Amino acid sequence: MRGCFLLLTPLEFTVTSPKLSLRKVMVYTCFVWLFAYAVFFFTENTAVLSSAIILTLAGMMIHIHFVKVDHETLLIIGSLGVQLSSSYASGRESTIFIEMNKLKDIVINEAVYMHSIIYYLCILIKDPADPETVTSVVPLFQSSNPRLNCLVQVYRSCQEILAQSR
Amino acid sequence: MENRFSVSLARVRTGLLYRVLFSYDFMLTFFGSMPALVNAHRRVNLLVVGYRIRATSQKSLPFKCCNTADSGLLVGRWIPGHNSAVVLAVIHYPFIPGQVKKYLSELQSQTQVDLTVLGSWSMPKEGQEGMDSFLKDLSTIFPQKCWLQLSREIGKRGFTCQVVQNNGRLLQDREQKNGEGDKIILIHYDQRKVMLSQLHPVQDVGQKSDVEASELRLVFQTVAQSQPLFFLDKYDDGPLKLSHWQSEGREASIIAELLKQASVPVCIFLTWLLSLWYWFCSFRILHLPPVLFISSKLSTCVQSVYRAVHFRTVFSPKKAGTHVEFMRKANIFVSFLVDIALGLLLISWLYRENRISKLADTLVPVADRVAKELQELLEWLMGAPAGLKMNRALDQVLGRFFLYHIHLWISYIHLMSPFIERILWYVGLSACLGLTFALSVLSDIVALLTFHIYCFYVYGARLYCLTIYGLSSLWRLFRGKKWNVLRQRVDSCSYDLDQLFIGTLLFTILLFLLPTTALYYLVFTLLRLVVVLFQGVIHLSVDFINSFPLFAIGLRICRPYRLAEGVKFNVLCQEPGTPLHLMMEINPLKCSSVLQCYRTPTYSCYPKDSWAGLCKKLFVGELIYPWKQKTDKTD
Repeated sequence: MRGCFLLLTPLEFTVTSPKLSLRKVMVYTCFVWLFAYAVFFFTENTAVLSSAIILTLAGMMIHIHFVKVDHETLLIIGSLGVQLSSSYASGRESTIFIEMNKLKDIVINEAVYMHSIIYYLCILIKDPADPETVTSVVPLFQSSNPRLNCLVQVYRSCQEILAQSR
Repeated sequence: MENRFSVSLARVRTGLLYRVLFSYDFMLTFFGSMPALVNAHRRVNLLVVGYRIRATSQKSLPFKCCNTADSGLLVGRWIPGHNSAVVLAVIHYPFIPGQVKKYLSELQSQTQVDLTVLGSWSMPKEGQEGMDSFLKDLSTIFPQKCWLQLSREIGKRGFTCQVVQNNGRLLQDREQKNGEGDKIILIHYDQRKVMLSQLHPVQDVGQKSDVEASELRLVFQTVAQSQPLFFLDKYDDGPLKLSHWQSEGREASIIAELLKQASVPVCIFLTWLLSLWYWFCSFRILHLPPVLFISSKLSTCVQSVYRAVHFRTVFSPKKAGTHVEFMRKANIFVSFLVDIALGLLLISWLYRENRISKLADTLVPVADRVAKELQELLEWLMGAPAGLKMNRALDQVLGRFFLYHIHLWISYIHLMSPFIERILWYVGLSACLGLTFALSVLSDIVALLTFHIYCFYVYGARLYCLTIYGLSSLWRLFRGKKWNVLRQRVDSCSYDLDQLFIGTLLFTILLFLLPTTALYYLVFTLLRLVVVLFQGVIHLSVDFINSFPLFAIGLRICRPYRLAEGVKFNVLCQEPGTPLHLMMEINPLKCSSVLQCYRTPTYSCYPKDSWAGLCKKLFVGELIYPWKQKTDKTD
């Protein structure tokens, strides 16, 4: 529901997540540091302050390197395969490439989550030796969760390319 | 928040596809727009190999790669079953076709890769205008199903690629410009990295047939097996001039070569030493049951046996055949070296300020202290521990029995005390065999020093176990039932009156003696569990040092392309009317997968029972040995 969907080339779909909001960062930092000051006021131990600073820095670095996803990309090259890559806020990219003979289909699944129904695009993986059974399901765009109209566009283009490559 | 997106679908008809893998270099990414789309009626995909990037920041340094190679023949392999081709090198003009064929058949027998001439590459310089037609005519000399014609003009981006079938018909139909066309995909990659890399999960060669293996795996295998092709560089005086990633000259390190030469005699010598050790271990006197029993309990012996097995793997003079064997050897070797280094560090710390003598001096007082604490504990149990009222007679018997044991133990320790310092000094030197050895020795020392606790635990557990079994059996008698051993179930049984009388009497006695025995059992079990926990921690750390794949992790960090989980593609050039250019890079294996894949299997200590099983055993009074070693055959 957040994401800006952008079509770069005929084969590539990128969904962008909203950036790290400055307000949240400020609120979190202030909260942690005020708490540290309060503890310092009672214990008179400066180690509390330095540990609070180190904790905040480390937490922020871990968050932007491992947790905060900037954009996710789906690259389809007919007859070669499908590549999923998520790029994190610190610039790190993690990529998976799925060959075409392992790919059974790309579908939109719906799931009931709490009080709402969410739609997600997923790739069905098959073993080339046994083409009928689905061995695993890889969900796409997990962090950015685009809306259904966005997913349908991606789905249609993917199906065209897959149909041609079969 | 509304979704803003723009959709501009410029559809590319990708009907039948050609794919060409080529080399790439960062400097030359000029791809001009090409005039025509290549159409073909048959599905043919081609992979053309290229070669290595020169990682250089100076643009003026000349380097050759397929992108800038002179015109010539493309040599490579057709990937069976996938309509692709891998180009490995370019043979330059002038050449004699007979010699090319001879060279290729030699290489084929050497590498088991069916190398053929795939087609022609033309990048005409000034004064070489006739090259194109000359190269086209070559397709008659090297008969192929399909003949590739890649050409490129200097200063322009992009290649032209044409595919000619063996009946001479050009697979390009100019009239079908908008129809279902065949596209060629050119994939560029770094030849050296793909050659050195290993795709995971590792499969044995020949395990799966070529048709079933994935395309990527075949490409990696082809490049890795074609290493002899890359030995010919531009300084060779042979009849053929090749261009590939190593054609600028082979690089080698003198130190690496010297080490390789020296390693063979060293390995032979060490294997001989190892055989001496095995001959020593095969003496009959060491196979007597008591010696065997003790050596199976002492973790030092277990660790040394384990290390001997390791050495046999590492020091064998035979070169490692497969990737897995090589990694295992390297891991064991590196972890052994680190082990020795840590052990030497430990020795230097222990012996620096004569700490070991101080340690020995504190050992006897500590043992004394432990014994005194145990005595006080027993005195407390013999009184009214925690306000509970014990059966005085049984209490006194048990208490005195255990006190006498402690007295014996203390005398023994005092007897040994003059020798302890010397023994410890020499035992400390054994840490030079590795940190794992030192830790095993520590675990054994702790086991020996707390042997009396173990004895007490066994006595208390046996007594308690007897009480519990007796109670359960007499309880069944009390209710008029019996345990049927044949049927393994509880059956009803009619007892005589005197049996019932005696049974009930014994039941009552055991029931009232139960708190005393239970308390002794509880106390000694807790002490025993503390010791077991400590020993378990030591064993776990020894296991960790033994099994951690340091070499694999180092390789993953320093040369991530060696361990490949897959590949990733970047789109280099995508224009309508030109072939698609992709750059293939190696996606390295995740660190967790590296650990899982390359962990050296050890005699790992793992808990034999689950928590529920352990609690049940404790309740019933069975003796527990919570850490079971994998190679333990006896239960």
